[in-house]
Amino acid sequence: MPPANIYSVSQVSAYIKSLFVSDMLLADVWLSGEVSGFTQASSGHCYFTLKDAGAILKSVIWRTQARGMALPRNGDAVIVHGAISVYEQGGAYQLYVDHLEPAGVGQLWLEFERLKARLEAEGLFDDERKRPIPARPVRLGVVTSPTAAALRDILRTLSQRYGLVDVILAPTPVQGDQAPPAIVAALAALNRWSAEREPLDAIILARGGGAIEELWAFNDERVARAIAASAVPVITGVGHETDFTIADFVADLRAPTPTGAATLATPDGRELSAAVAALTARAERQLDGHLADERARVEGLAVRLRRAAPAARLATNRQRVDDLSRRGALAITNAVRQQRARLRGEGLRLTALDPSRVLARGYAIVATADGAVVHSVAQVTPGDAVRVRVADGAFGATVTTDDRR
Amino acid sequence: MPDEKSFETLYGEMEEAVRQLEAGDLSLEESLALFARATALAEQCNALLDRAELRVRQLMAQPDGSSAAEPFESWQNG
Repeated sequence: MPPANIYSVSQVSAYIKSLFVSDMLLADVWLSGEVSGFTQASSGHCYFTLKDAGAILKSVIWRTQARGMALPRNGDAVIVHGAISVYEQGGAYQLYVDHLEPAGVGQLWLEFERLKARLEAEGLFDDERKRPIPARPVRLGVVTSPTAAALRDILRTLSQRYGLVDVILAPTPVQGDQAPPAIVAALAALNRWSAEREPLDAIILARGGGAIEELWAFNDERVARAIAASAVPVITGVGHETDFTIADFVADLRAPTPTGAATLATPDGRELSAAVAALTARAERQLDGHLADERARVEGLAVRLRRAAPAARLATNRQRVDDLSRRGALAITNAVRQQRARLRGEGLRLTALDPSRVLARGYAIVATADGAVVHSVAQVTPGDAVRVRVADGAFGATVTTDDRR
Repeated sequence: MPDEKSFETLYGEMEEAVRQLEAGDLSLEESLALFARATALAEQCNALLDRAELRVRQLMAQPDGSSAAEPFESWQNG
């Protein structure tokens, strides 16, 4: 009897491929193994075998993926990620690689994640632990390599922004196995100096950019604990913008680069100049205001003084003198008038007493022969000759009888 | 240089002098004296800010286990 279905090679191959493609594990898989037979074709595509003791897996890196990768050498232990599918024309299954890294690095990252989780659980990353950096530091500590560019960048930035700050350098290696204990010792030495000799306001812990392995000292647990234990606040500036090490998480302040750390540690000198100028302006305004008030007060006094001054008094006296003069003059005038009036009175009376006026009224003056005026009967006897004067002349007369009263 | 007042201290004293000036109720002599003090402090502040030479020292371990801070100059020749 013939079989029910006879499939073509292509059909069966396609079926096998569909099994691979629809498998969730095979479509997204991480693998570790050793690289062998690595070649890169002129097309740019890479071919190699990933193997271990029990099996091999043919692998492909397409040109576009290969461009972004550090390509492995034969014998390298690697960790890869990709999809396993079927190359029908070759009758083989293949791993199509989209990520490849040295196996050692993968291990490092695992350790990193474990340590980070542990320290975070201990509270070493807590915001409350982070101390503020003084705004105008007097003295800064710096922990970095003495020969690398990072130190020059830091010191130049400090010079430009805030050249009056005092810097104490504790140089250390910043990569390799000897780096973590050296960094720990440097932090301890600066803390001791700060406590016993000259206080430090902050410590900058820095290193320039590099590959993940080169920055690894800053993921070391001993360094993390030394930062946490530092009495002086620590500012980290490690690697590039996107590098985050465990030291960065523990630090009081993280900067993306060494220059960034120097910037965060200091105020901008120009802003401080402006602040000093503003204070001076305030002082000047106050003094101007006070001087103006004083001037006004003195003006007021001057006005009062002028009113009370001798010149004023003189003017008043002159007026008084004028007054007196006027009154005096009046008095004199009155007195004279009164005198005249009196005199006129007297004059009238005098006039009344004038003999000729008396005679004119009919009175006569009688005189004896020897000229004596007769004013009494005793002066004459009857028969005496007398002279009688009247207003317009005189005549003789003889006394006849007397009427003694 | 270690006896020098810090910028922080000088600026703080200047702020205090200006604050007293602004608080008022001062005689003209007192105002003038405070103003002179504020101006002198401003000069000192500016002198500090104008300093371009960064003072850098390096911690050195001494034979007796203590540390000393020696001048560090080689960074400028780079």
